[in-house]
Amino acid sequence: MKENKFEDKMEELESIVKELENGEMNLDESLLKFEEGMKLSKECNKILSDAEKKVTILLEKDGELEEEDFNIN
Amino acid sequence: MNYDAIAVTVSQLNSYIKDKIAEDEALNAVVVKGEISNFKNHYTGHLYFTLKDEKSLIKCIMFKSYAERLDFELKDGMKVMVFGSVSVFERDGVYQIYVKAVKKDGIGDLYAAYEKMKAKLEEEGLFDEQYKKKIPLKPDVIGVLTSETGSVIRDIINVSTRRNPKTYIRLFPVPVQGSGAAEKIANGIRVMNEKNLADVIILARGGGSLEDLWPFNEEIVARAIYNSEIPIISAVGHETDFTIADFVADLRAPTPSAAAELANPDIYELKNKISTYNERMRISLKRKLEFMKLRYEKCISSVVFKDPLKKINDNYVELDRIIKLMENFIVSKIKETKLIFAQKVARLDNLSPLKTLTRGYCLTEKEGKIINSKKDLKTGDEIEIKFFDGNQNAKII
Repeated sequence: MKENKFEDKMEELESIVKELENGEMNLDESLLKFEEGMKLSKECNKILSDAEKKVTILLEKDGELEEEDFNIN
Repeated sequence: MNYDAIAVTVSQLNSYIKDKIAEDEALNAVVVKGEISNFKNHYTGHLYFTLKDEKSLIKCIMFKSYAERLDFELKDGMKVMVFGSVSVFERDGVYQIYVKAVKKDGIGDLYAAYEKMKAKLEEEGLFDEQYKKKIPLKPDVIGVLTSETGSVIRDIINVSTRRNPKTYIRLFPVPVQGSGAAEKIANGIRVMNEKNLADVIILARGGGSLEDLWPFNEEIVARAIYNSEIPIISAVGHETDFTIADFVADLRAPTPSAAAELANPDIYELKNKISTYNERMRISLKRKLEFMKLRYEKCISSVVFKDPLKKINDNYVELDRIIKLMENFIVSKIKETKLIFAQKVARLDNLSPLKTLTRGYCLTEKEGKIINSKKDLKTGDEIEIKFFDGNQNAKII
C-alpha cells in the first residue's frame, strides 16, 4: 500500500525516548526532542484511533474487481 | 439330450458361483487399487461405489459398521486402495468387493512430487531467509486469500477483531482445493499486488489431506508468493502440515487464527506502549531539569555569586598594600636623598667665601664687581670691603 507511517513513527518515537534517556543532549535539545516525541506519540495514537473496522470481499464483476461488505453470518 | 435334467435355476448358478468364489482364499482377502466413481452415501449408512481403472470396473459396497471407521470422506475421482473380499450378490447376479477398509492411493507419488518440488525450489533459493519480507507492525489493510465459506475466514475475522477492533480485512475469495485452485490462488496474489490491495496477505486453508492441500504445493503458487511485493503469511492445514507455500511465505503461521494474530497488532498493547514512551520521555525530561537545577544551584552557591564584591575588595586591599609599599619606598628615598643633600651642603658650606671671610680674609668690590688685582684700582676709587660680619666703605689713597 503506502509506506507504513505508523511503524516509522513508532521507530522514531522509540529512538527519541532512548536519546532522552541517554541524557547527553543539552536542555534546549532535550526540550525540542521531547516536543517532537510528544507530537509523534499523539500521531501514533491518532492512527490507532482513527481507523474504522471494515471486513470486505473482493468480487469480480464484468472483469472489474468490486469491493463489498462481507458478512460471514 | 434332455436339457431339463441338467438345467439349473439362476439362483442355483449364482449360489454355485458364490460358493466357488468363497472357496478361493485369494478372493477372500483382496487389496485392489482404482479410482472411485458413482459414489453413493446411502441413508442406511452403507457406502456404494464402483472402483475403476482405464479398462475395467467393479462394484463395491462398504457396510456402515466399516464405513464409520473411515477417517476421510470418499469422493468420486479419488484414487484409493480398498481392502475386503470379493463375493457375489446373488439377487443381482453380480460380484462385488465387500470393502472393509479404504486407504488413499497415490500418496506415495504425491510425497515424491512434493519432495522433488521442494528440493527444486530450495535449490533455486525461493526459501532463502534473505528474501523474507518483514511483516508490518500495523498494516492498514490485511488481505486474506481463502475460501469465503467455512471456519477459516471466520476465525481470521474473529481473532483480528479481538486484537484490533478497528481492523480492515479485505477477502479475496479463492478455491482452496481441487483442480484450478492453484491457478486462482496465484492469480489472487498477483492481483492483490498489481492493485496494491493490502499491506500484508494471509494465505490460509483449514486442515485436510495431502491431496486437499495440494494446490499449496504447486509451483505456480510458490512462484506467486515469491514474486509478491506484499509480505505473505501462510497458514495452510494443521500445525503439523508443511506445504511448499509455507516455505516460500515470508512467515508461516501454524493455524489461520495464529496468522491473524501475527498480522494484527494487539491495539491495546500498542497504546500501552505509546503511553509508556510518553512516561519515559517525561521522566527523562524531569531528570534533565532537576540536573540543570542542581548545576544552577551549585553555581549560584559559589563564592562569586554569594559575595560578588569580595574579589574586587580583595584587589583593593592588595592595591592599597602596594600603594602603601610604594609610598614608604618613596618617603624613605626622599629622606635618604635629603640626608645626602645636607651632607653635600655642609661640605659646600665649608668651602663657601663667607666661611673664608671668618678666617680674616676680605672681599673688595668696586661698583658691585669683585676686584682681583691692584691694577683694577687707582687712587681715589671708592671701594666696598666685605667682612664676614658686614661691609665697610673705603677710598684708595
